[in-house]
This record gives sequence, structure tokens and C-alpha cells, in this order.
Amino acid sequence: MMAKNYWITEEPIDPGDCIEKVVRNEAGAVNTFIGTVREFTKGKRTLFLEYQAYVPMAEKKLAQIGNEIKEKWGNAHVAIVHRIGRLEITDIAVAIAVSTPHRADAFDASRYAIERIKEIVPIWKKEHWEDGTKWIGDQQENTSYDTRIPSEEEMRDD
Amino acid sequence: MISVLFFAELQETSGRDKVTVEADGVSVNELKSRLASTYELPHLGHAMIAVNEEYSQEDTVVNSGDVVAFIPPVSGG
Repeated sequence: MMAKNYWITEEPIDPGDCIEKVVRNEAGAVNTFIGTVREFTKGKRTLFLEYQAYVPMAEKKLAQIGNEIKEKWGNAHVAIVHRIGRLEITDIAVAIAVSTPHRADAFDASRYAIERIKEIVPIWKKEHWEDGTKWIGDQQENTSYDTRIPSEEEMRDD
Repeated sequence: MISVLFFAELQETSGRDKVTVEADGVSVNELKSRLASTYELPHLGHAMIAVNEEYSQEDTVVNSGDVVAFIPPVSGG
């Protein structure tokens, strides 16, 4: 298992690896988020996905998200792993685990983590459909190439 | 010499994941317009730019030895 709490992998993800890194005596809650590959998006069938990352920067940005969580919620431990390469339907693309003394913070912080991943972490997915392929520009699936890209500061929601 | 990284659609369009540019003390904006014409990347202007693995502004000056990455809109998760 990786020694770090924020990492990119080409191997299948075991969410237990994240959980293990955040379990501790002070925590009364461990919340996990697991993002998986969906077959249908707006009626269109995905055959498989291909993920690419700027690995060293992506790991730094995941760690930054962990630090943001610690600033916002205080006593939180965080572990995040994202997979790259070819992923099949139902495969786990991302796993997040957050431990806090009480459950509300763990729920809120893991939600924050996945939303931030979609904003600032340099990871891209390529859809492979029956009739073609496309690198997806954002999670709303309306590629934002034609509008101005906000700065990282502008993307903060706090 | 500045190392430049392309990802996702930019990588496919340019046919390259990494190029080097002989330059020193240029703004990322200048570098961007130079690369956009050399590699015919009309979408380059809409990518965010990272210098040495940190998001930067368009007027950031890059020097020989720096690594500049063009970050198209991300879609992880």
C-alpha cells in the first residue's frame, strides 16, 4: 500500500486503503465517497473510460484539497486516490475517506473533496462511445473551451 | 530551454505530450501564442497554465528550466 494519503494509481482501487489511513482513536465517523464509471449518461451508452492525469501536480492538488478540509473543518484526516488508464463500467475511478470526531463534518468534508477534485485537479476523462470518443471538458459535459476558464481562486466556493 | 506539457485533447491535437522551446524570460501568454501557431492548437487559449506544477497567471514569466503545462478543463472524479 502507498505510504502517502493522496495518490494516483493505474491499478484497481480498494477503498479500504483510504479508510485504513484515516481511522484513528479521535474519530467517531469515517465517511467515504466512491466514484464509479457510469454506463449511461443522458441516454448515451459509455463503453469504457480512459483517464489521464498530470500525475505529480494531481497528487499535489489532492493534498491541497486535504489541507483545505483541515482548515475548514479542523480535526479531519483525509485520504484520496484516483485511478487513471482504461476503466470499465462500474470500476472505481476515485475513492475518498474522511475521518472526523463527529459525523456531520465527515459527510460535508467528503462532499467538498469530490467537488474540488472536479474543479482543480489535473485529471481528464475520455469517453468511448459506440459512435466515437471525446475528451470531456467538465463534469456538466458541456465543454467549456468556448468560455473563459476561471482562475483557481475564482473556483473556490468558500 | 522550457519544457512544455500537453494533456488530453491538446495532446491528441498536437500529437505530442511534451515539447521543448528555446526561450528564456518570456510570459506564459507569449509562449502560448507561439505554441498555438506552431502546433495549430486553437483551443490552447482556453487552457489553464501551470508553471512547475502550480497554476499561474498569463503574465507569469517563465525561464529556462521551467516546466509549463497546459491544463484543459479538468474532468476527474
